[in-house]
Amino acid sequence: MSVINYTLRIGDSSLILGQRLSDWCTNGPTLEEDIALTNISLDLFGQANGFLEYAAKLNGTKSADDLAFKRDSNQFFNLLITEQENGHFGDTIVRQFLYSSFFLLFYTELAKSKDATLSALAAKSVKEIKYHLRHSESWLIRLGDGTVESNKKVQDAINNIWDFTGEFFEMDEIDNQMLNEGIGVNNAKLKFLWDDLVNKTLEKANLNYPNNTNMKTGSKTGVHTNYLYTVLKEMQYLPRKYPDAKW
Amino acid sequence: MQNGDVKYIWDILNTVPDPEIPVISVVELGVIRNVEFKNNFFIISITPTYSGCPAVKAFTDDIKKCLKDHEIRNFKIVLTYDPPWTTEWMSEETKKKLLKYGISPPSEIPVCPQCKSCQTTLVSEFGATACKSLYKCKDCLEPFEHFKCI
Repeated sequence: MSVINYTLRIGDSSLILGQRLSDWCTNGPTLEEDIALTNISLDLFGQANGFLEYAAKLNGTKSADDLAFKRDSNQFFNLLITEQENGHFGDTIVRQFLYSSFFLLFYTELAKSKDATLSALAAKSVKEIKYHLRHSESWLIRLGDGTVESNKKVQDAINNIWDFTGEFFEMDEIDNQMLNEGIGVNNAKLKFLWDDLVNKTLEKANLNYPNNTNMKTGSKTGVHTNYLYTVLKEMQYLPRKYPDAKW
Repeated sequence: MQNGDVKYIWDILNTVPDPEIPVISVVELGVIRNVEFKNNFFIISITPTYSGCPAVKAFTDDIKKCLKDHEIRNFKIVLTYDPPWTTEWMSEETKKKLLKYGISPPSEIPVCPQCKSCQTTLVSEFGATACKSLYKCKDCLEPFEHFKCI
């Protein structure tokens, strides 16, 4: 039971962020960036598919699609940061940087999981997250170390989304159980490595690490910000309106 | 084909082109990981190049069709993720085919497929498909696609 929940959390985070990023399709600031953001979106959908197929197999659901399209928001366990709005390009880059820097560390650990499927999916994801991180990191440095205006915009973006990064390192009952069984990752332990990684980039980008924090939480129990409704409304509209439609 | 000739299956699979880069086969691409004969069935293990690569569905369908065209019906296709796909599985011969086709093959230093120069510059890590990035040649100034090393 716990493995299902644990797998859903990972798959849902990839799915919802992938859906958010797909909104950049035809809206990117340049053609190259349009392609970059949608490529990252596609990788995230692929990762989501792997994890959700596994969750579906474990809990007897028909398919990953059923999990993606037929659950309500309180049955989703994606991290709150993944459902936040795209905002401007800098907002999206900041969200992506914070997400990818955490998930690079997370998947590197999960690749050592005793669960063969989770470890295989994690090892595959590491390869992709590496270049996602290179992309957002280089943009963060360029924007932070750019003009006064670009610096201010990304610093604001960091300050605005920062309160959603606390969830990365939370450990609830399921996390602890998975950790004890050699399946899951010690998220709390990744905080030190993540801080180091993020600090180095922020320094290069002339950006400040936020001090005042009031970390938001809830996703592990299906409690979300209102933004998840917006994402699901768009993502689930067609399969809900026309169940089992084929194209 | 009931006697379990695994080599024959490999030969057939080697005629199935990659849906996006038709000059190389799915075998050359390295996505066919294993073929074995078990309980009267050929078990064909395939692995995706990238997690979200839409070509997986396309080449799975192509493989099914090709095997059926060869009157082979006793097969199953299974998806595996371990070990994760890597461009290191590509042979030198396959890389030459890519270069000739106009795609710079996976290598530390990309080679311009037009003039073979090694003086190139990265335009974007992301290209028209998940497996390729965009480069520009500093000598002949032509843009080109480079197969990412992964």
